[in-house]
Amino acid sequence: MKLLLPLVALAALAYAPNLVSDYGLGLLIGAVTYVTLANGWALFSGHTHYVSLATVAFYGTGAYTVAVLNETLPYPLVLVAAAVIGATMALVVGLSTLRLAGVYFVIFTFGLAELVRQLITWYEVNITGTLGRYIFLDVTARDIYWQMLALGAATIALTAYVHRSRLGLALRVIGDDEVVAAHSGINLARSKLIAFVLSATILTLVGAVASPRSVYVEPAIVFNPTVSFLTVIMALLGGANRLWGPALGAVPLFLIFEWLSSNFPDTYPIFLGLLFIAVVFALPDGVLAGIERLRASRKERTA
Amino acid sequence: MTLLSISSATKKFGGLTAVDNVSFNVAKGEIIGMLGPNGSGKTTLINLISGDLPATSGRITLAGDPLTGKRADQIARTGVARTFQLVRILPSLSLTENVMIPAVFGAKAHWGETARSVARDALLRVGLADRAAANAGQLTYIDQKRLELARALAAEPTLLLLDEWLAGLNPTELAEGIALIRSLTDSGITILMVEHIMEAVRALCPRVVVMNSGRLIADETTETALTDPHVIAAYLGEGHDA
Amino acid sequence: MLLTTLVLGLVLGGTYALLALGLTLQYGIARIMNLAYGEITLLAAFILVFLFQGLGIPPLAALVLIAPAGYGLGWLLYTVMMQPLVARSGSSGRLDVDSILATFGLLFLIQGVLLVTFGANFTSISYLDRGINILGVSVALNRLIAFAICVVVGTVLVLVLARTRWGLNLRAVAQTPASAPLVGIDVNRVARQGFALGTALAAVGGASIAMYQTFSATDGVVFTMKALVIVIMGGVGNVGGALLAGLALGLVETFVATAIDPGLTLAATFAIFLGVLLWRPQGLFGKG
Repeated sequence: MKLLLPLVALAALAYAPNLVSDYGLGLLIGAVTYVTLANGWALFSGHTHYVSLATVAFYGTGAYTVAVLNETLPYPLVLVAAAVIGATMALVVGLSTLRLAGVYFVIFTFGLAELVRQLITWYEVNITGTLGRYIFLDVTARDIYWQMLALGAATIALTAYVHRSRLGLALRVIGDDEVVAAHSGINLARSKLIAFVLSATILTLVGAVASPRSVYVEPAIVFNPTVSFLTVIMALLGGANRLWGPALGAVPLFLIFEWLSSNFPDTYPIFLGLLFIAVVFALPDGVLAGIERLRASRKERTA
Repeated sequence: MTLLSISSATKKFGGLTAVDNVSFNVAKGEIIGMLGPNGSGKTTLINLISGDLPATSGRITLAGDPLTGKRADQIARTGVARTFQLVRILPSLSLTENVMIPAVFGAKAHWGETARSVARDALLRVGLADRAAANAGQLTYIDQKRLELARALAAEPTLLLLDEWLAGLNPTELAEGIALIRSLTDSGITILMVEHIMEAVRALCPRVVVMNSGRLIADETTETALTDPHVIAAYLGEGHDA
Repeated sequence: MLLTTLVLGLVLGGTYALLALGLTLQYGIARIMNLAYGEITLLAAFILVFLFQGLGIPPLAALVLIAPAGYGLGWLLYTVMMQPLVARSGSSGRLDVDSILATFGLLFLIQGVLLVTFGANFTSISYLDRGINILGVSVALNRLIAFAICVVVGTVLVLVLARTRWGLNLRAVAQTPASAPLVGIDVNRVARQGFALGTALAAVGGASIAMYQTFSATDGVVFTMKALVIVIMGGVGNVGGALLAGLALGLVETFVATAIDPGLTLAATFAIFLGVLLWRPQGLFGKG
């Protein structure tokens, strides 16, 4: 039963492109993309409370890898290359910051997207002499949707597996108290590093899979900081340490975001900023935990 | 046979020497008390043994294997478990999960049902078995202390470091606590305990080491120590260095 | 050439030092990691431009208005936003995560307001843009004024922290927040003052940037990032360290921009950051 419901939902979602218009398919792709991003983010940050602000650094790297390699390598190999590059980047960031207090990690990830964007811009302008690349791939919108759906399903399955594994338990202990974790025999740096690299690899793949949607790619477009921002707020709204929390937060927020950005293109960052602050204040542990608390207090009152 | 050997252990914080050239041995199966006024370096020494802090110099070994230079998690896996002076529990985890952690990540690396049964035994031993599913954040202070001890026991340690574990208990709880620690030594665990409650030290520890201003000033039988003028001076005289 | 780099680097470093000083006060005293710091800097920069171009108020006079306004804004932000988070976290260590998330939201909020109000274009003013000869190097007068502001404000602040009763309170809370109440210090009030003072410094820094530099509404992240790197280089909460590290970063950036490529200044900042993290995470001038 626990497995049946998600599988039925997955089958229905896989069939959905046959029922909707092109615009509807665009919405589906966007929603699944953000569900995957929020889940991938929560895989590391959900339990450890190490807030990564670098989602778009990996997402953009994935997209840019496709833009650079799409004419030289077959598509599956391009995806593999993107995953390897993303994992390597995460390894470097993790090795230099995850041994230290969490705040160093946050600061590093805070500037990482801007750094990668400027480095690529510098490289393109000075070495290759081209700013902006074209992606000519024979990948339809439906293909992208199915690939993203598969990636999203795999991410949720991986999260479920990690939650039941030693690594998941270690991450929860680290989130509560690192001193106790170390004195219980948990290798802090290794546990954090593995989770961060897994998470970053997924985020990079999301960027790579989504990139053929846009024919033209340049650093300023694919390294849009709003992506990092949205990912964090979506995961937090649903509950970053729950299996279904990120998905629960991502779908409604993505739709609101779409609506706001087409109706109030100038002022939507203000709404989003306010919404973000509201979530941090009103639902610090997410909607799912909020509902549980409500139920528990109701039970207490009736008992 | 010597289990824990500390030789010339030193810890400096900038200009302050918190632990100054301390050496002593603890035999296997022994229970030894560590005394000294506040700020004399007892907790720092415990932190050096458990790997919470790196030693500035000196050497600490467990059954001949060096502990100095190792990380806390590596030391934990060699069979050293501890409690903390300011109790540290994992508030968002259940009691069972709290206690399971060192069983899962410790030397034996249990998993699944075995890990849970080790946790259950440890909870039973400290008298918390009936609340195993509760969240640790909801416990009273005393129960948090029990939980912390259960967690240390679930590591199935060869060496247990207790940092003022009996502090803050009422007389009934104190008697229970002393009986509990005695049952641990009976089962063969070696214990090094920092303690201010003399009643407990007298009842449990045949031998004590005494620290003052980072130095070891006595290593003798408890009876001798409690009448030793150096020790009394440290507690009452110039020892107001908290 | 080398002398030019040195003089220009010191001038730029002065602004960085001032920005980092504000951030280190906010994190050191109020324990708030403020990711919207750069946005507040930009807000002040835009206001200076508006006061100068719109109302004809000369920049130095505008500064006298902007600094207290920054203090007020910081006071308000702390009271409305940060204090509830501080109260909620208690001693649980949650404050770091909560303040990072809340100020991350604030970052987008202020950026949104700036974009709507002032647009996305690069902005600059032409103010005292004539060269002054210093050691054979021609430096624009506006840069020198900005540098002088940083020197004056920085010196006054260092003296206030070192010599006055108020400064002593601030330092006491920064060093041992737990025992400050024992000697009769209202930690909450001091934290609010520290945060407000930090915001005022951000505003002064922003106003002096507007006097000589081109900027746009989306530059905030870069300012925050640089200030954060300087704070960590100098050791968190270390005022002298922040000043020295700020000057050092200004020199390195100017050197990289003139000798290698202007597009690599942020990369240079990050390289320094990485080096500090690997070599001395407690800061170049910290203890231990």
